[in-house]
Amino acid sequence: MRSHEPRSTSSCAACKLLKRRCSPNCIFAPYFRSDEPKKFAKVHKVFGASNVSKILVEVPEEQREDTVNSLAYEAEARLRDPVYGCIGAIALLQRRMIELQHDLTLARARLARYATTYSASVGDTETDRFSMEALGEFPVACGGFMDSFSLSSYEVNQDAHMYDFTQIPYI
Amino acid sequence: MNPGRCAACRYLRRKCPPDCIFSPHFPPNVPQRFVSVHRIYGASNVAKLLQQLPSHLRAEAAESLCLEAQYRIEDPVYGCVGLVSSLQQQIQDTEKQLAKTRAEIAFLKSQARLSHAALEGNLLDNAVNINFSDHQSFHG
Repeated sequence: MRSHEPRSTSSCAACKLLKRRCSPNCIFAPYFRSDEPKKFAKVHKVFGASNVSKILVEVPEEQREDTVNSLAYEAEARLRDPVYGCIGAIALLQRRMIELQHDLTLARARLARYATTYSASVGDTETDRFSMEALGEFPVACGGFMDSFSLSSYEVNQDAHMYDFTQIPYI
Repeated sequence: MNPGRCAACRYLRRKCPPDCIFSPHFPPNVPQRFVSVHRIYGASNVAKLLQQLPSHLRAEAAESLCLEAQYRIEDPVYGCVGLVSSLQQQIQDTEKQLAKTRAEIAFLKSQARLSHAALEGNLLDNAVNINFSDHQSFHG
């Protein structure tokens, strides 16, 4: 009668997929739990188990979880978009950022025009005592908006230099 | 030795066949491109991925793989995902600034309407008062 050794149920997802014994110091085990088989499957398909292992060995242990999660994200992106992968997502985000910056510049210019027009109209009513009394409480708020606009213009000019799109010229 | 080998076949020390999947995208004068993708993805994964694609899309795919590999080599923890997170945060911040600016515009517009209405009201009152006093002096 053959003795039946109990099968180990503690193999990580990586060792299950690779059909090997999961050793106690398996580099994959802490990050590829057996209840998440798809995570390792995707990473393995794109990067390969040995490349993932080499990457994990290079990084400090406390950063390995983040490393695995970012590899899983990249693998997922590449499987969804085999041509552009994560780079496609970056290009879309950069385009969105350009649109938003453009919208923000326009909105700030519009705000400045409103604030200037509003200040000017308050000035024009100097001869109308009734209007000046009615509007007396508003110039402080208007002045606040003018201050925030001038600060924001500086910020816009600073921000314009932050984004370098030259790394993805082909998209 | 075949002097016409692509960067991949040179690196892998093998013959470069006429239909080599790598050779259009990994020319011998830029060896570092293949070294990077090989380090991160491995030659066989790159070959499989390129083979799955129609030939007119392979150049773009090879380019994006090279870029991603380069990001991962420079930042082994986050790779290009670091840039994704950073862009998402910047987009969120800019959307907030845009919403705030639009709210400020809306506020100024409403204030302008109110002050315009108040001005019209005052002018009307002045006109009524003048007419009334004229009437009183005439009939008084």
